[in-house]
Amino acid sequence: MKILVCISATPDTTSKISFKNNDSEFNTDGIQFILNPYDEWYALVKALELKEKLGGTVTVIHVGPVQNEPMIRKALAIGADDAVRVNSTPSSSYETAHQIAHYAGSQNYELILSGKETIDYQSGEVGSMISELLTLPYVAFASQLDIQNGLAICNRDIEGGVEVLEIKLPVVISASKGMAEQRIANMKGIMMAKSKPLVIVEPLPMASNTSILSYSLPPAKKGVKMIDADHMDELVRMLHEHDKVI
Amino acid sequence: MKNILVAIESFNGEFKKSGLQAVSYGKEVALSTGASCIVIVNGETSKAGSLGIYGADRVLQFNKPISPADTQALTNQLAELASINSVGMIVMPYNSTARGITGRLSIKMKSGCVTGVQKLPTNIESESVVVSRSVFAGKATAAIKVSGPCIVLSLSPNASQLKTSGNEVAVETIEVKGGETVKVVESKIVTGRTPLPEAELVVSGGRGMKDPSNWGIIEDLAEALGATTACSRPVADSHWRPHYEHVGQTGIAIKPNLYIAIGISGAIQHLAGVNNSKVIVVINKDPEAPFFKAADYGVCGDLFEIVPRLTEAVKKFKHSNT
Ligand SMILES: Cc1cc2nc3c(=O)[nH]c(=O)nc-3n(C[C@H](O)[C@H](O)[C@H](O)COP(=O)(O)OP(=O)(O)OC[C@H]3O[C@@H](n4cnc5c(N)ncnc54)[C@H](O)[C@@H]3O)c2cc1C
Ligand SMILES: Nc1ncnc2c1ncn2[C@@H]1O[C@H](COP(=O)(O)O)[C@@H](O)[C@H]1O
Repeated sequence: MKILVCISATPDTTSKISFKNNDSEFNTDGIQFILNPYDEWYALVKALELKEKLGGTVTVIHVGPVQNEPMIRKALAIGADDAVRVNSTPSSSYETAHQIAHYAGSQNYELILSGKETIDYQSGEVGSMISELLTLPYVAFASQLDIQNGLAICNRDIEGGVEVLEIKLPVVISASKGMAEQRIANMKGIMMAKSKPLVIVEPLPMASNTSILSYSLPPAKKGVKMIDADHMDELVRMLHEHDKVI
Repeated sequence: MKNILVAIESFNGEFKKSGLQAVSYGKEVALSTGASCIVIVNGETSKAGSLGIYGADRVLQFNKPISPADTQALTNQLAELASINSVGMIVMPYNSTARGITGRLSIKMKSGCVTGVQKLPTNIESESVVVSRSVFAGKATAAIKVSGPCIVLSLSPNASQLKTSGNEVAVETIEVKGGETVKVVESKIVTGRTPLPEAELVVSGGRGMKDPSNWGIIEDLAEALGATTACSRPVADSHWRPHYEHVGQTGIAIKPNLYIAIGISGAIQHLAGVNNSKVIVVINKDPEAPFFKAADYGVCGDLFEIVPRLTEAVKKFKHSNT
């Protein structure tokens, strides 16, 4: 089974967020980038589990600059067989999806996995866009996945529950929590990753149809009002009269 | 701007508030540009005509429901409606259906797409608008210019207020074409209460609860308020509570009117999923707990004493208010 996993780089969650150039650009100074947890913990590990069960190959693809190669090596260390880096810095999901679909289009993958969203921009659009560009079915936010007899059997997260789906391969699926358990790269994996193939592909020229004009920080909280532990009726009164939430 | 197409679903014959808000959103945009707000309903309901009250100028309904799991079928139907009806913007509430199709649809319409829009658009031009959405786990808001002949937006809760100034309209039936590529084997709805993403009141417990057998006091408070229960990640990871209750960066991001955090320290990854709540109440015995900094109200002390007291106060209030 031939599997492609889309991996992205995001700022570490504890990063302090700031902006530059009149708040029009994210300030990456001092920001530590990590593999997007949904891609690393769920999509990649599920791909490896399927390979262990059914045989085949797991390729990871990343659209990003050369500085992100340590993250690609990390995915190889966890167990991917080979990697592709599309050499561009995408400014939108639309660009990323086009670059990935362009590469994947000629490769006959049976399964393309992405994370449910990147934890920075949280748009969750790349998988959906790739599926349309390749005219494949798409399942968003799958929390379980198995492949049996050429069918993908997966749970799709819906409001207040899940739906169990059966879909003929090939298919594009985005992974949410529950799909797999995080794996840590071991020493052998890290050593082997150094010699695994990493192909660099030049990007298609692209114009995006979304662009971020500016960023703003949320208004600061007014500060917490402490309520005496013996006066819960006072809290209830405030929530009703002042905030009107109950 | 050309016409606005609002795509919403019915659930057990009814519409959710998020769907009605999407209709009102569509109407507001249509009003500011002199276009029509056309609503397409997916689902079995006899109430589609009532959407006129919330702002629909025309209401269309598929003659049979299309499973949202079949993202290709639904995308193709919506794209066809958009091109027949000279649509310049498609809007829908951000939910599991939108997650599957907005990206697809935007590729099909050769236009930009924005997930989780928070407000009405500004700078409306014939083929572009500016919208805002939360980024970096609620740590910032981005203003985004999105362009194309048919822009696709999914809406966060309360992106627009409900408006009820219109009248019932006649419903036009749309014939659904094509077969299914996705088979829905089973649908498991796991909670009787309002699902977390839609809940307006949420009571949430963390590791400070000590043991799953202590959850009775959380359930009681939730019951008294009519709230949905949630939990922090370690609580779900150690199987004290089901995974679908896990909120935060790696769980569900929620935006209720009231979030009560009980025995939760307020780690940044937890806050990422809840700091868009309108009012946050934190109950914690540690006065230095980081959550207090993000709270509107704080109660410092032992949750095992405070929570039952709060439940009593809520019951007393509900009783005197009925
Ligand atoms: C990449 C990443 C993603 C993550 N994603 C998430 C996520 O999505 N959601 C999430 O929740 N976490 C997430 N985490 C974990 C997060 O960092 C914290 O570890 C977690 O939120 C802590 O959970 P907690 O507050 O329940 O437990 P603790 O941090 O142990 O806090 C327990 C609190 O209870 C209080 N307490 C104890 N006893 C009492 C008592 N008797 N009365 C009153 N108060 C009491 C304590 O003072 C303490 O503040 C993530 C971590 C990482 C690295
Ligand atoms: N630059 C990128 N390179 C490869 N995959 C990406 C990239 N950006 C996003 N993805 C994939 O698409 C998913 C959803 O991303 P997004 O639509 O940006 O929220 C991520 O979890 C990744 O799997």
